[in-house]
Amino acid sequence: MKTLARLGPAMVVGGAISAALFGMALVSLVWTPYAPSAIDIAHRLASPSATHWLGTDPLGRDVFSMLMAGARNSLAVAVLAVVIGMGVGVPLGLFAAARGGIIDDFLMRAADLVFSFPALLTAVVITALAGPGARNAMLAIGIFNVPVFARLTRGTARAVGARGFVIAAKVFGRGDLAISRAHILPNIAAPLVVQASIQFALAILAEAGLSYVGLGTQPPAPSWGRMLNDAQTYIFAAPRLAIFPGLAIMLAVLGLNLLGDGLRDWLDPRLQRPPADPAP
Amino acid sequence: MGDARTRWSARRWLIAGLLATLCATPALARDALTLGMVLEPPGLDPTAGAAAAIREVTYDNIFEGLTRIDGAGHVVPGLAASWTISPDGKAYTFALHSGVIFHDGTEFNCAIVQFSYNRARAPDSTNAQKELFEPIADIACPDPHTAVVTLKRPDAAFLFGMGWGDAVMVAPNSAAGNQTHPIGTGPFRFTNWVKGDRVEMARFDHYWGAAPKLARVTFKFVADPAAAAAALLAGDIDAFGNFPAPEILPQLRADGRFAVVIGSTEGKTILALNNARKPFDDIRVRRALAYAIDRKALVQATMSGLGTIIGSHYTPNDPGFIDLAGTYPYDPTRAKALLAEAGIASGTHFTLALPPPPYARRGGEVIAAMLEEVGLHVELVPMEWAEWLDQVFKRSDFDMTMISHTEARDLAIYARDHYYFNYHSDAFRSLYQTYLDATDPRTEIDLLQKMQRQLATDEPNVFLYVLPKLGVWNARLHGFWVNDPIPANDLSAVAWGE
Repeated sequence: MKTLARLGPAMVVGGAISAALFGMALVSLVWTPYAPSAIDIAHRLASPSATHWLGTDPLGRDVFSMLMAGARNSLAVAVLAVVIGMGVGVPLGLFAAARGGIIDDFLMRAADLVFSFPALLTAVVITALAGPGARNAMLAIGIFNVPVFARLTRGTARAVGARGFVIAAKVFGRGDLAISRAHILPNIAAPLVVQASIQFALAILAEAGLSYVGLGTQPPAPSWGRMLNDAQTYIFAAPRLAIFPGLAIMLAVLGLNLLGDGLRDWLDPRLQRPPADPAP
Repeated sequence: MGDARTRWSARRWLIAGLLATLCATPALARDALTLGMVLEPPGLDPTAGAAAAIREVTYDNIFEGLTRIDGAGHVVPGLAASWTISPDGKAYTFALHSGVIFHDGTEFNCAIVQFSYNRARAPDSTNAQKELFEPIADIACPDPHTAVVTLKRPDAAFLFGMGWGDAVMVAPNSAAGNQTHPIGTGPFRFTNWVKGDRVEMARFDHYWGAAPKLARVTFKFVADPAAAAAALLAGDIDAFGNFPAPEILPQLRADGRFAVVIGSTEGKTILALNNARKPFDDIRVRRALAYAIDRKALVQATMSGLGTIIGSHYTPNDPGFIDLAGTYPYDPTRAKALLAEAGIASGTHFTLALPPPPYARRGGEVIAAMLEEVGLHVELVPMEWAEWLDQVFKRSDFDMTMISHTEARDLAIYARDHYYFNYHSDAFRSLYQTYLDATDPRTEIDLLQKMQRQLATDEPNVFLYVLPKLGVWNARLHGFWVNDPIPANDLSAVAWGE
């Protein structure tokens, strides 16, 4: 109880929702109440009941099973998109910070360029060009994440780089790569983790958006965004078909954002603040 | 709150009163129509493309033929006021209307008939229904308002065929531009095409027939069913000849502003199989697929139960129809046995190409799930219309596709040398040839029935159901077709009521 209190309410609630989400996705790998793409037209549009917890869709598929499998798809796309963003963005940011000068300018202006397009629009353009599908959606969202992490890494790394122990390491002749790995990265990990959780929530939203317009996960693989789209024409007949995936998307984004806030608060006191001297 | 509302309302009445005084009352009569369609036509020349959307925009609005098909599916006079048929059934003498001009002023006469039919049957013709013109031996013009079409052999379907969109009259000086700027003899002239959004036309003031009631018509293309419903409810679209989402109909019906009229079409919806590709060349596989699909459930799930199940490429509206829907009853066990017999391993992978209409996109998911039940793995490949026309229809590069054939009485496509599903049956061809040569109506009916049976036996495609025509329009409108004997939105009789 004491530990929970120390973590703060945002972290507890966010963590619980996120854990439930991941749990649901993991369980869906081995078990869902019904096969998520199994149609049962005799029981189409059934209301929520003991047999179908959240009812069935127009093809008689179990909505709860589809939500579970949809969570798996959303999370898989989001995880990989964040991994792509960090995998490329963090080394780029470290490189820019270590080298400075024209390389730094070039990389940061390139990041500005990517930033000048709205995230979802960029993703729509990429998937429209490369073809729809979960893999391309993941790549598109991942590409947008690259400059986010590059900029954050570069900014925090430069602040850490101005501190005494890094200068000392430089004096001792250690290379950029070794300094980045041994001294800078561990000191900027906290903001990166916080950012990752926020990007994760955004990626889920972006995947749902892309699937909603038909560019993301393709049928018959279930996806929250497509469930929303499919529900549109049934909005009068069965509004719950839109409510459940809508709630799932909202809860997932809320949970991950709360988790990010909580992580930031929790990590904040330990964040070693760099001295106030401005970078040259 | 109540006060404010009264005041607002009073002000509104005042403004309305002022406006009413400013506008002369006759000008207030409504004479513009916005008609919604799901698919945008790839071009606007019905003599050079197979897409039904072309006819749905242009047929009898912009272009007309010598004969026309009316809303009941009957052949009635069009640009030909009347005709006589020689006793041997080979010579058709058409008496043409005089005083008919094209929208650009070109005069319509027998030379136009010669040009149009010769263009359609020329070796380099791009007409999608070339075989309609194949029986023509010669077109003579004894005088400018008489056309004599001589056939190689009697053809019972000739007048019906000449009423299709593919057989409309086009002028030599404008034919080449008809894809983008169509010029015909119809009651409406083309004014504008905003690609991806709408086609506009206006009343043609020099129309030879009864002047249409509508002065302006906009065909608006809305691919998304939810957007279509929203546009109807908001009043942005006045009518849908064929509404894409049957599940919304109860809501629209309950809303007093709309008339919901359910009719029939000629849209034979099929799971087309590439008969030239393994394993679809094996009749056991094709029959297995037919047994594996629960058509009734499919219609229930995707069309809210509206749609007639068929067992051949023929609809109950067509002459000589026989009900073959029970040829391959839903029987997954039998399907599995047939697949095993044909050596198809469980988990075999096929692709199913899906054009944009909801019947295909939704139906594809259902069919994939049903085929999954008998151990096949189906990958859904959604395609845009142009992509489908090119890859599937033109290049025949596909395993399976779901498509609705909207042409009426088109058994002829199964006798073609080259058609996208690659069905080749000598038995069917000889039946078809005998049918073409037949002159006795009883023999014709008998042959039509034999052809249906032959198709049901060979099952080159899995015959599913006939698309319903889900007409929805503003309740004050009248004059729309109830059924679609051919794909069309004939607006010549449509008008706003009081």
